[in-house]
Amino acid sequence: MSDDPTGARDAGYDDFLDAAEAGEAYYLSCPEGHGSLPPRTVCPDCGDPDLAEEPLPAAGEVETFTVAHVATPAFADDAPYVTAIARFGPVRLTGQLRGVDPDEAEAGLPVELAVEASETTGRRLLAFRPR
Amino acid sequence: MTGVRVAGVGLTEFGETPERTGRDLFGTAADRAFADAGVPRADVESLRYGNFMGELSERQGHQGPLMAEAAGVRAPATRYESACASSSAALRAAVRDVRNGEEEVVLVGGAERMTNLGTAGATEALAIAADELWEVRAGMTFPGAYALMARAYFEEYGGDREDLAAIAVKNHANAVGNDLAQYQREITVADVLDAPPVAEPLGLYDSCPISDGASALVLVSDEYAERTGVDAPVAVTGTGQGGDGMALQDRDYLARTPAADEAAAEAYDDAGVGPGDVDFAEVHDCFTIAEALALESLDLYETGEAIGAARRGETTRDGELPVNLSGGLKAKGHPVGATGVSQVAEVTQLLRGDHVNSDAVADAEVAVAHNAGGTVASCIVHVLEVAA
Repeated sequence: MSDDPTGARDAGYDDFLDAAEAGEAYYLSCPEGHGSLPPRTVCPDCGDPDLAEEPLPAAGEVETFTVAHVATPAFADDAPYVTAIARFGPVRLTGQLRGVDPDEAEAGLPVELAVEASETTGRRLLAFRPR
Repeated sequence: MTGVRVAGVGLTEFGETPERTGRDLFGTAADRAFADAGVPRADVESLRYGNFMGELSERQGHQGPLMAEAAGVRAPATRYESACASSSAALRAAVRDVRNGEEEVVLVGGAERMTNLGTAGATEALAIAADELWEVRAGMTFPGAYALMARAYFEEYGGDREDLAAIAVKNHANAVGNDLAQYQREITVADVLDAPPVAEPLGLYDSCPISDGASALVLVSDEYAERTGVDAPVAVTGTGQGGDGMALQDRDYLARTPAADEAAAEAYDDAGVGPGDVDFAEVHDCFTIAEALALESLDLYETGEAIGAARRGETTRDGELPVNLSGGLKAKGHPVGATGVSQVAEVTQLLRGDHVNSDAVADAEVAVAHNAGGTVASCIVHVLEVAA
């Protein structure tokens, strides 16, 4: 799924979503142990080109969240929705927290990663589900 | 190395003028700056111009030469883009080139046309300052990003919506009497708490408005001012810039802004002053939480302490350290590309004594301006002083 008129995928990012859909999400790790997300030529922290794919831990934890009421046109029909940042081992991800009443969202909530769709456009997005 | 003086400042009214083009806005601001400076246009050696979303709001790239024409200046012109810190990036480049003797007179400024996009369109346009793949595609908006930071701050250091509301109330009060401000009216804590939510815990009155407007400065070297007799009593004595990961998720901290720490430390060092010397500040309060984060990074407060500063009355106009006497982005408005230079224009007038709120800082000699881009992946700080 791409907005690009050529239909071009975003290499790295779309590959990550494919892998996450297959339950095989990963992050990139350098010899120093810095985690990052693709696509990367080098580690963003230290510049080391030796990056290996490591399995993303299945268990994540919400660090912060917001209930978004004013959306961009691409999420107009999704609002209100919960945006969260969750930590999975050495990396954090930003996604929509689903399957939780917004009033019950909280920092520390255990979650797992999911790939779901925008209600407005049908486009794929990263989501978190309670674990 | 020569010093840098602000010879003239020019601002348009900030507000909703969706029909006014960027060139119209900037031409007006530049004209006011030249009138204030008394410097002939023919002496300008370059235009440094900040703009963020011109491709989206006006389908206009390559704005440098366009804006030089609008200002009536025949000189090389470059546009700088650093999201909401765009015109501070232009200013920083100009300050450095005047100092190193490359140029003696520079026109600096910025403009943004936003309200013609409508609220949803402007929200979408602002979102391009975030990481398209890893943030925006999950639905993150700018209010949403600052809400994530606000919640993280509450979790880590405490504070609540009433602390944030006091910041909005203070900045609205400061804007009363500022003829250029978008909102020249007072609000109450109850107004802020009862306003519709934008991205919880932030509501409508925790958020700066969407604004149109432009700003301009005429900068000159010390030598030029002395030689020509131009009246330029305020100097830019420090400049600093810091950077951080583009996406909030990739930062070391969710409730601190290290890019601003770096920018502030460099600017203080450059000016040879410390945070204890600062008499007042203009800071980037795009959302109420951002003012607290800024004051901590500027080392005017310890980490975790600035959230309550407005509520305690310390940063109000009669407090020890007045903050955002212009009204801030919150009440004065935030035409993105114009904001950084407009902060410096307001600081200059406050120090010169010809600002509507100058009485609040009558003996002030040192002030800082803090301008952030994105969720503070970019930050630029300037120190201004009354020249000896």
